[in-house]
Amino acid sequence: MSLPSYATTGQRIWYYSFRVLCGLIFFFLIAPIVVVIPLSFNAQDFFTFTPEMLRLDPEGYSLKHYRDFFSNSDWQHALWNSLKIAPLATLLSVGLGTLAAIGLSQPHVPFRRAIMALLISPMIVPLIISAAGMYFFFSRIGLQGTYTGVVLAHAALGIPFVIITVTATLVGFDNSLTRAAANMGADPVTTFFRVQMPLILPGVISGALFAFITSFDEVIVILFVGSASQKTLPWQMFIGLREQISPTILAVATILVVISIALLTTVELLRRRSERLRGITR
Amino acid sequence: MSDTTTDDSPQNGPVLAADGTPLRRSLARALRRQKLRALMLIAPLLIFIMVTFILPVADMLYRSVENGIVSETLPRTVVALADWDAGGDTPPDEAVFAALAADIQIAAEEKTHTKLGSRLNYENPGMSSLFRKSGRQVQRWDLNTDGPFKEKFLDIDDDWGDIDVWRTIQTYSPAMTSGYYLAAVDMQLGADGPEMRPENERIYLKLFGRTLMMSLAITLSCIALGYPVAWLLANLPMRTSNLLMILVLLPFWTSLLVRTSAWKILLQQQGVINDILVWIGLVSDDARLVMINNQLGTIIAMTHILLPFMILPMYSVMQSINPSYLRAAKSLGATDWTAFWRVYFPQTVPGIGAGSILVFILAIGYYITPALVGGTTGTFISNRIAFHISTSLNWGLAAALGGILLAVVLVFYWAYDKFVGIDNVKLG
Repeated sequence: MSLPSYATTGQRIWYYSFRVLCGLIFFFLIAPIVVVIPLSFNAQDFFTFTPEMLRLDPEGYSLKHYRDFFSNSDWQHALWNSLKIAPLATLLSVGLGTLAAIGLSQPHVPFRRAIMALLISPMIVPLIISAAGMYFFFSRIGLQGTYTGVVLAHAALGIPFVIITVTATLVGFDNSLTRAAANMGADPVTTFFRVQMPLILPGVISGALFAFITSFDEVIVILFVGSASQKTLPWQMFIGLREQISPTILAVATILVVISIALLTTVELLRRRSERLRGITR
Repeated sequence: MSDTTTDDSPQNGPVLAADGTPLRRSLARALRRQKLRALMLIAPLLIFIMVTFILPVADMLYRSVENGIVSETLPRTVVALADWDAGGDTPPDEAVFAALAADIQIAAEEKTHTKLGSRLNYENPGMSSLFRKSGRQVQRWDLNTDGPFKEKFLDIDDDWGDIDVWRTIQTYSPAMTSGYYLAAVDMQLGADGPEMRPENERIYLKLFGRTLMMSLAITLSCIALGYPVAWLLANLPMRTSNLLMILVLLPFWTSLLVRTSAWKILLQQQGVINDILVWIGLVSDDARLVMINNQLGTIIAMTHILLPFMILPMYSVMQSINPSYLRAAKSLGATDWTAFWRVYFPQTVPGIGAGSILVFILAIGYYITPALVGGTTGTFISNRIAFHISTSLNWGLAAALGGILLAVVLVFYWAYDKFVGIDNVKLG
């Protein structure tokens, strides 16, 4: 990858301009997310850098948007709703998803491909279609506008992620381990919790994190399936962005970015641990 | 085990398992049990997905053709109207009007005539007020003595003598209709079968076309931006590329709304990008660029949002390409460009394909970002579907538009499964 000493001038120019190009693309990827963070400490209600901020004057910075977020009842209500709905939906999709992923990884499953395609489809079908369908159907059975309805809908959206991550961990799973456990007299439940579960746990946890972030970020389905009392954080942000754009959104965005960094770090560490456990070295 | 070998005569009988049954049957039974156990593990989730996802989508598709309202609200009229010749130029006779009077009287009591009016209004504007007005009057009539009803209806509104009104009622009396789907592709059911709507009422084909073109533009810009980055990541030493990978994964994990709001803030006329351009002097203060609430804004923001979905599959393909092929090409005298274009690039095509299908599928159904930064010219078909569900309440048309969108997505999903395999989807 590094430039050989015999490279021609043209090659040198290409080498460095290519790196600059890639740098610019990385900048494009990361800058919009990073720029939100300093803007959220703006002492003014502006969405751009004020002259005070550019001079790094402490006067230009304040925590007032954060204070607003933590004291405004609308935002707090939305935050609590998000924190209530996402874990329940995650629990549901991880529980059902892990069992099904184990089932799918057995050697002889009839219609495996079709079942897989069906279970992954909530990720592929446009959210507006899922939202419309759930809105129509849940109104028929009285689930529209209830917490149960929202949790069920979010669990369905999170399932593909659990299936994908858990089946990926199970690919390297050595089935003779469960056979050995059974041989030594362990019943299937014990085998599952003492042998299989610890080994696939990294996959299960990262699936859970994906399911959590799916529900925590989801706004289209909840706009239709939920009612005002189930208003979540993304919903409140969406309204804020569409109607009266308030700088509090920047504070919320910063908090969410910090949460995503934490989740990303966890998933990366888990992935590496899982690869180490299964003996895949890179 | 020793029992089996002594009891079994190896010359003639089949091979037996430990319990004395033929091995073939015993094996088949074990296999069946294994299959059953696997299915038992999958069943709860399958039922869950059926109820919370597949049934709702099926319900939506059913709504896109369902049209029971006319024959439920006007049962007698529909029967009486069956013999009327829609191709002629005379309105139906007294029998039909008498049936209509009876139907509307019941409907007005149950307050269903206004619903029917707004349903038929989608097909023939003006029918909503016609039904509302007639409902009020017909309620006061005595069905036994007040006939003949034809003149009385014409007294309420001349439109009852209009052939088009009757044609609409007759056309939409079956319990199933293709009307919503026709409306979704700018057509309507005329007197002699489906026909195009008038030029000034055609909006959906244009909207579908725009959605496809913009998704294509987003996919192409993702390829253009993703390819160099994926190549760099695949060819750097592992430690550096893992670090740079974080820059790709962080946007992937960041809330969609955070990224959309960031772009909304950056692209505004008083936003950071315009401020910088003015400060550098590229743009004068009174000619700030309009980059938001139009197609450009949607394309920029969505390219940023979907770029990780392009980079990750490209990266995993490029990582598996053996670098010695490239060296071999060069040692055989190929220039850098030839070696790349004839040897390296063809091997990366599967990655480009996988990423492109994924990005295209995701882009075509996007709702949030076009709704927030798209303005009026940068919106997608999804925004129109949402409008029909929550604002115009034309659920049938929303369902038909959704059905068409779903069909397009499923074709690409099928292609993705065929060429890439759903099992190979990787996250993070």
